[in-house]
Amino acid sequence: MSRTAGAEDVLGPVGQLRAGVRAYRMIAAMWIRSTMAYRASFAMAALGNFAATGLDFVGLLLMFSHVDALGGYTLPEVAFFYGTAGAAFGLADLVMGSMDRLGRRVRDGTLDTLLVRPVPVLAQIAADRFALRRLGRITQGLLVLGYALMVLDIAWTPLKVLMVPVMILSGAVIFASVFVAGAAFQFWAQDASEVQNSFTYGGTTMLQYPPTVFAKDLVRGVTFVLPLAFVNWLPALYVLDRPYPLDVPSWLAFLPPLIAGGCCALAGAAWRVGLRSYRSTGS
Amino acid sequence: MRVYAVVAAGGFRRHATYRVATAAGMFTNTVFGFILAYTFTALWDERPQLGGYDLSQALTYVWIGQALLMTTAMMGGGFENELMERIRTGDIAIDLYRPADLQFFWLANDLGRAAFHLLGRGVVPMALGALAFDLALPADPLVWVAFLCAVALGVVVSFAVRFLVALSAFWLLDGAGVAQITWLVGLFFSGMVLPLTLFPGGLGTLAQALPWSALLQIPADVFLGKHTGWGLAQAYAFQAGWAAVLLTAGRLLQTLATRRVVVQGG
Repeated sequence: MSRTAGAEDVLGPVGQLRAGVRAYRMIAAMWIRSTMAYRASFAMAALGNFAATGLDFVGLLLMFSHVDALGGYTLPEVAFFYGTAGAAFGLADLVMGSMDRLGRRVRDGTLDTLLVRPVPVLAQIAADRFALRRLGRITQGLLVLGYALMVLDIAWTPLKVLMVPVMILSGAVIFASVFVAGAAFQFWAQDASEVQNSFTYGGTTMLQYPPTVFAKDLVRGVTFVLPLAFVNWLPALYVLDRPYPLDVPSWLAFLPPLIAGGCCALAGAAWRVGLRSYRSTGS
Repeated sequence: MRVYAVVAAGGFRRHATYRVATAAGMFTNTVFGFILAYTFTALWDERPQLGGYDLSQALTYVWIGQALLMTTAMMGGGFENELMERIRTGDIAIDLYRPADLQFFWLANDLGRAAFHLLGRGVVPMALGALAFDLALPADPLVWVAFLCAVALGVVVSFAVRFLVALSAFWLLDGAGVAQITWLVGLFFSGMVLPLTLFPGGLGTLAQALPWSALLQIPADVFLGKHTGWGLAQAYAFQAGWAAVLLTAGRLLQTLATRRVVVQGG
């Protein structure tokens, strides 16, 4: 299916972004309204989301009922990793978590409907079935983070204080980029949404533990190739005053916003290439 | 009997169609296997012999967990969503006219699905795990056979639970909430997060007595040679006992539910 000049070609990059955000807001608001029609069902789903992620932390607590330290880190320190990773991923999942449905839309052809609308396709896909229940995951992550911050004895400086929100926001953007890049990949491999899961859900699971737990090669991989280490490991180790297991300069801890910007650009490019290569189903 | 064999083969073939999805799933199971294997290594470095496992047994437990995650449907997924949808839309009325029993039909279908997932998503991650880590693989072929029997029983228990969940849709129409709570509980109490032998005190006793321990904990322990001779018979009896109780409950609920069926527009 060939595309006629859509909103994207007329508006230019800034206008396009604005149109995208506006469309996203409207579609998300629509889904929120429709969810709220069944409040009890929504409350249960949000609670379920909260509990689902909470069981992860219960698992961690069970581990620490047997040991005092994991990879040389205490429970409050691990909780700091857990909370920052959980909050960052939760935020990305709330905003972009619907991206993994793209493969299905390519398979059944319903993507065509989105292409003919005068609204950026990315915004439509991302806001599709916007699920407010995902606030459960964010809440859980923030609660664990709150616990960590209360118990940890950190020599706070203004820089360290600033580091915490910046790391969560940049981390969310990095994860969101992974969601978008994963969706772009689904233009080719329509059934492969699970590959995306291993980087998003798998990535968060990994980042919930200190980097000393993992093999050096794996740590290298998520530092220099898929930069997940910038979501929380590097900045968190700066806050905790701990050395990074690889021999890297300490100013890397301040890079997350830049890395996030870079990831966004790359994911955006991947998305455009994917969308352009899209051929509809059937003849 | 033949009809159920055909249905099982159909369940197998249907999942075998999704090759890319299977490959993607294998990849995911491998990634999670690696992550968990490292965290378990850190844990067992601190406390060797934790929960009665040495390090290589603990690592084996991790990879068995990845191999069985889809097989015994610890996170749900499988026939129950489809059955709930058929109940909601009323298509269930057609199923009830079929010359096959509803419960046995879906059991056969689920056994086919499980067999495919064991081969499709179990073997490769396990083999990769064995290459990367020092796993405690049983040398005795009889242990492998015993393990497969325990897995089969685990699948039946898992099916029986999910059948009950699906039937709840007769009353609730939307069974998604019940399904979600069940998979949450199931994932935790099957021993996927941590082996149940690491759960403290009363929680541990409870976890090992619940049906979900039949999904991973028991097959893994059979694989690791923790249940032999009389102990193996006891483990099987535990699984078969839960399967019988839950299947009977499903049977009763099915009878109650089908009495309630009112076909819309009929």
